[in-house]
Amino acid sequence: MTAFDQLGLRNRRAIRLASVPVQPVEDFRETVAGALQKGWRVASFFGMPDEHGTTRLMAILARDERGELGATSARVGDRYPALTPLSPELAYFEREVAEQCGVIPEGHPELKPVRRHPPDHAATPAVAAGFDRDRFPFFQIAGQEVHEVAVGPVHAGIIEPGHFRLQAHGESVLHLEIMLGYQHRGVERLLERHDRERAVLVAESIAGDTVIGHGGVFCSAIEALARSRKTPRAQAIRGIALEIERLANHIGDMGAIAGDVAYQPGAAFFGRMRGDCLNLLMTVSGNRYGRGLIRPGGTTFDLPPDMLAAMTDQLERLREEIRPAAELLLGNASVQARLEGVGVLSREHCHTLGVVGPPARACEMPRDVRHDHPYGVFRFAHIPVATAWAGDVLARTLVRWLEIQRSLDFVIEQLASLPRGATRVACGPLHPGEIVVAMGEGWRGEIVHTVITDDAGGIRRCKVVDPSFHNWNAVAAALPGNQISDFPLCNKSFNLSYAGHDL
Amino acid sequence: MLRFLRVRLQQGVRTSSFPGTDVEFPERFRGRPTRDPGRCQDGCSTCRSRMPSGLLPDAPSGEVRVDVGACLFAPDETAACPHQAIAFTRDYRMAARTREGLVSATGEVELARALDAKARRLFGRSLRLRSVAAGSCSGCEAELVALGNVVFDLARFGIQFVASPRHADGLVVTGAVSLNMRDALYRTWQATPEPRLVIAVGACAINGGPFRGSEEVGNGVPADIPVDLWVPGCPPHPLTTADGLLRLLGRLEDGSRPATG
Repeated sequence: MTAFDQLGLRNRRAIRLASVPVQPVEDFRETVAGALQKGWRVASFFGMPDEHGTTRLMAILARDERGELGATSARVGDRYPALTPLSPELAYFEREVAEQCGVIPEGHPELKPVRRHPPDHAATPAVAAGFDRDRFPFFQIAGQEVHEVAVGPVHAGIIEPGHFRLQAHGESVLHLEIMLGYQHRGVERLLERHDRERAVLVAESIAGDTVIGHGGVFCSAIEALARSRKTPRAQAIRGIALEIERLANHIGDMGAIAGDVAYQPGAAFFGRMRGDCLNLLMTVSGNRYGRGLIRPGGTTFDLPPDMLAAMTDQLERLREEIRPAAELLLGNASVQARLEGVGVLSREHCHTLGVVGPPARACEMPRDVRHDHPYGVFRFAHIPVATAWAGDVLARTLVRWLEIQRSLDFVIEQLASLPRGATRVACGPLHPGEIVVAMGEGWRGEIVHTVITDDAGGIRRCKVVDPSFHNWNAVAAALPGNQISDFPLCNKSFNLSYAGHDL
Repeated sequence: MLRFLRVRLQQGVRTSSFPGTDVEFPERFRGRPTRDPGRCQDGCSTCRSRMPSGLLPDAPSGEVRVDVGACLFAPDETAACPHQAIAFTRDYRMAARTREGLVSATGEVELARALDAKARRLFGRSLRLRSVAAGSCSGCEAELVALGNVVFDLARFGIQFVASPRHADGLVVTGAVSLNMRDALYRTWQATPEPRLVIAVGACAINGGPFRGSEEVGNGVPADIPVDLWVPGCPPHPLTTADGLLRLLGRLEDGSRPATG
């Protein structure tokens, strides 16, 4: 049996499923816990029905500084000894496995549902019956002056649904628990069940503000399994679209953060510039969120020379307009006072919760798939990783501002040096019995789609990890000690996806 | 202060000319779909077998009909027809008062008629809406938020989103209505004082969109919640929603100009 780290598994490179080790569950626990101690981290962890009514647990591990991926697995019945006591990073993943497969991780310290749906990847109905989706006891603090605040699922603004339960002492938050799942649409099963054309439309709808991010990663998984090689031009266009998506969302977040501290000029300016970026995506793809652009084999649309020139002009104008607006916002003393020291995420939490994306980089953790597991155009054109150190709302805002500047430079540079060639090549049937781990750096952070094919080349399992899956736990960790009235600001500074988490 | 004024001047006035003058959309913009029956070949049903959405629903009589409400505005939908009978126009106006108004042989939409005089007196110059996202991808919500920015500025028409159903004249429902949101949607609807409007925004709220058929969703707004305005799109462009709302309120005459007063 090959060791978990010797499989030749890398970002977007398919290998035979049979080569992934199947270990006795005790050895599996030791392998995973040992790897995490040696600097690996969990990219994905899930279960799928396997032979003889067993469930196969799959652990996908990443070693960022070497750009390596590893995988190992174990077959279990209706219960197994939980990994969480050895590796707290797995706590949320094991809750998800219990809910999706009905398998009980024994000894898990906080076994509750993640999305509150019946198991949809259980090996047998008997195993599925093992998990109680309705048992969601909220953590409560008792005491004379302690009170509880419940918010949601229908919120005050135009926001997705979620439920927040705060334990507070006066204005001060003691504990926050987040109950999600209201947006659960059964995405993974649709991706597994639908033909390719429909599945891509579902992938584009995992999170409506991350169409390029999720659509691109899903299509890359399909391409890897079909051995379809995109042209350099298609890779560059996808990279450009991904960075415009990042620009739109980061700029929108700067405006929303300004709005949450009642600095209206910031909200107005950035809100408008966000729209300009969405309109750029509409110019390219016909849709403000880039729907329809990315398809297996490349891109549906090309960038003709006049469009390239017009886009470059618009982006250069944006670059001129955004700096004064950002300096106005970030240079304002009252804005600084409202952002600094609020919603601090500790490095310890950042590490144990496996936080990704801008919130991790705002804790000086230089984690970025474009840099660590480079793919597509990012293998040739490097974007420096933006970090800050304080872990507060200000740091998360600064990371966004740095990334806006770098993405702007990147897109303008790419538009000037677009490789020649076709934008789409054929993408044939999927190779049977394989596994691929496709990762990408969406604007919220690391997106991971693990796709496993069956013996006939159909999709047997498609596991999606949105960055919000990791990062919602960071919101809960960052809030205690803050004022209840700062909750919207803290939440906005993470700006996580409910839809991406709920799937 | 001087610095602020300088930036403010540089940013300029950005409010859209809608609905005063025609708004330019880029060449690739995918608006209302059309079907040219003249291009259809006898006995050909390739489009139906290849259609990745509910754009061409099965009709009992076997005729081909276009359901704009189920359209996902994806290039794959036009590619499903080998004879180029299906195409996207750049027409952003496609909100209808009835579900049937979105279905036709050619993709024509029966554009929303205004509410009756009594309802117009109530809502015509001040409409307060509450958003309920129920099993969406959040794309539609993002476009509803955009309606409030300085470009679209829906508030200039007296339409605003409010924090509670108790303050609202109507609900805007987005999403395929997941099982986990069903109860919350009913309760929010019941909490909205009558007379109340319900506006279904996006393909998901209309018929489940890309999630149609999933065991976890209800394929759109439940039948026992009456809908006053259907706004197609995936997601609908902000102007598609704004156009539908203004038509509903009788604020658009002869298709483009705003009614005065």
